[in-house]
Amino acid sequence: MKIVENRKRFFAISLVLILVGFVAMFYQGSKGNGILNWDVEFTGGTSMEIDMGEAYDHNKLNEVIFTVTGQKSPQIQDIIGTNEVGLKMQSIDSKMRTDLENAIKAAFPSADVKSTSDVSGTVSSEMQQAAIKATLIACVAMLIYISIRFRDIRAGGSAIIALLHDILIVIATYAIFRIPVNNSFIAVILTILGYSINATIVIFDRVRENHDRFSSHQNAEKINKSISQTLARSINTSVTTFFTVGAIYVIGVQSIKEFALPMMVGIIVGAYSSICISGSVWYTLLPKKEK
Amino acid sequence: MKTKGRLMLLLMLVVALGLSALTYYGIGKDKQFSVNDIQQGLDLSGGVDIVYEADKESVSDEEMSAAISLLQGRLDWNGWAEAEAAQEGTNRIRVQIPGVDDAEKAIQEIGQTAQLLFVDEAGNVLLTGDMIKNATKQVGSTTKNGPSSPYVSLEFNEEGAQRFAQATAENIGKKIMIVMDKTVVSAPTVQTAITDGKAIITGNFTGQEAENTAALIRAGSLPFNLNVIQMKNVGARLGADALSSGVMAGFVGIALVLLYMLFMYRLLGFAADWALIIYIALDLLVLSLFRITLTLPGIAGIVLSIGMAVDANVIIFERIKEELILGKTLRSAVKIGFSRALPAIVDGNVTTLIAAVVLFFLGSGTIKGFATTLMIGIILSMFTALFVTRFIVNSMIKAGLHNPKNYGFRVK
Repeated sequence: MKIVENRKRFFAISLVLILVGFVAMFYQGSKGNGILNWDVEFTGGTSMEIDMGEAYDHNKLNEVIFTVTGQKSPQIQDIIGTNEVGLKMQSIDSKMRTDLENAIKAAFPSADVKSTSDVSGTVSSEMQQAAIKATLIACVAMLIYISIRFRDIRAGGSAIIALLHDILIVIATYAIFRIPVNNSFIAVILTILGYSINATIVIFDRVRENHDRFSSHQNAEKINKSISQTLARSINTSVTTFFTVGAIYVIGVQSIKEFALPMMVGIIVGAYSSICISGSVWYTLLPKKEK
Repeated sequence: MKTKGRLMLLLMLVVALGLSALTYYGIGKDKQFSVNDIQQGLDLSGGVDIVYEADKESVSDEEMSAAISLLQGRLDWNGWAEAEAAQEGTNRIRVQIPGVDDAEKAIQEIGQTAQLLFVDEAGNVLLTGDMIKNATKQVGSTTKNGPSSPYVSLEFNEEGAQRFAQATAENIGKKIMIVMDKTVVSAPTVQTAITDGKAIITGNFTGQEAENTAALIRAGSLPFNLNVIQMKNVGARLGADALSSGVMAGFVGIALVLLYMLFMYRLLGFAADWALIIYIALDLLVLSLFRITLTLPGIAGIVLSIGMAVDANVIIFERIKEELILGKTLRSAVKIGFSRALPAIVDGNVTTLIAAVVLFFLGSGTIKGFATTLMIGIILSMFTALFVTRFIVNSMIKAGLHNPKNYGFRVK
């Protein structure tokens, strides 16, 4: 396994993926859609999931919404492969929601409202804060844990770089596929954090175990050897986890698909980064005389 | 030796079958401890979840409990027996109504301000709820030398006191009905004119009834409005779809994992699968035992933890293989494999556990369900990998399955 020798290629692949995510964000942002597809949980507003029952006319739906609510630009997102549609608009009260539901049913007889959700500004700003807090606390807790486990700043540093890499690619997935960013987003990010650190630690543990078998200028061989020794474990665990999450994605309902898709990407990226990135970064950080 | 090993395997088989049967059938008529006994969140059963907030800065605990009884009273009155109203934080109430058909209508009905009226026998309104300053449960004797019993004590504000004095003077010997949202709360008979702005309602109250009546009356004079700050309604059909597809995904995921492990690790994989089935049964048992509400993300957490559960086994088995390749005997390879794999297993689980714990304490709503099932899953899977799998593997060796080839050892 020549992982370390090929590190520049791996870094390039990752950078391209992350850049694609940023391009997608800026493109959507410039179109005025928001860099990410924020859900009502974070912005406040009313959302509805409607099964239209058949193909329908977008403009007509837009018109119905305008007539009832007076809102000119509700977000209407078709759910690919179904007749379902997700609506997002500024918050409307219970009475207006009833009117809207009735108006939609009158205009589209086969329509059926599957779920409704309304979040006020108070709650959405609280959720934003809770989300930021949760992410920060989790990161700090894991940092503390990493520094206890690797008393080597370079190892800890490269594990964290690999983590950032995973999170950026998962966020890129959200940007590219316009997956709604809500509470599930936080759950996905934190789970991937834990999952990916786990994979990196198993490899770095091996590097430490192999410390006496290689001389100090054989670091590349040492890291490569450790990665290949743990490769079966890295692959197998990713495969089984990918199986179960994949099953959720294929079989599950829309809201859980939105949870499973980025999770699948996270599992692949986590495996990739622990195998191809974290060890290579560690090697890059080593002083010249140890390479 | 062989017999002992076989007996141990038989024991594990009984454990696995017993646990599976328990989660499937449960105990008794109520199917206690079975999967059917697990509480479902509204995103699975369908229903509406509403959060109300008092539009006042500082709300006392008494005012809050009055508001909760008011909402609970309305829920009961509408016939939603399963509905619950519970306080959240200092000034919020979360109302959950499972299986409601018309969520918006429910919101509008529950959300009206309470109407408390004092009405005479002819149906004329004498006073309204906003004239009441306070209502409390008291215990004492209400008549001379009478027995001590619970009653409700009312206190009126100035206008209320005047009106009440006039009303009682005009209705001596007749009933005055206290009506809350069209329901008669109590109908005391007026004994004398009451002029000091205080009144008591006696009846054959139990302590709890007196408390509830007082709370209802206080709610009728709530000094604040309840605003809906969040609502989520999931149609019953979507909930049912979410549940059945989640369960289906679980089965498919489990089957794939079981087959993969069997394929990769032969006999060891078989041991891991055996332990995995015990793990899944234990996981579901814990859910119903601790009355944990299962949400859709919760199902995702369970399914995800099944995928991760084999990780510990994989780490162990890879170690065993390495030891076999180094020429160790099977027995010592298993022993060393388990002990060498321990640090990596603990490490790996700790990081995921950190994420789950943080989510549990800071996540909101259904995400808490994801964190809960993930936490339970991580802890249980560590237990089953380190103890159950080990027990099964050792029993297999004792029972006479010695060929290293069956343990994934490939002679290169």
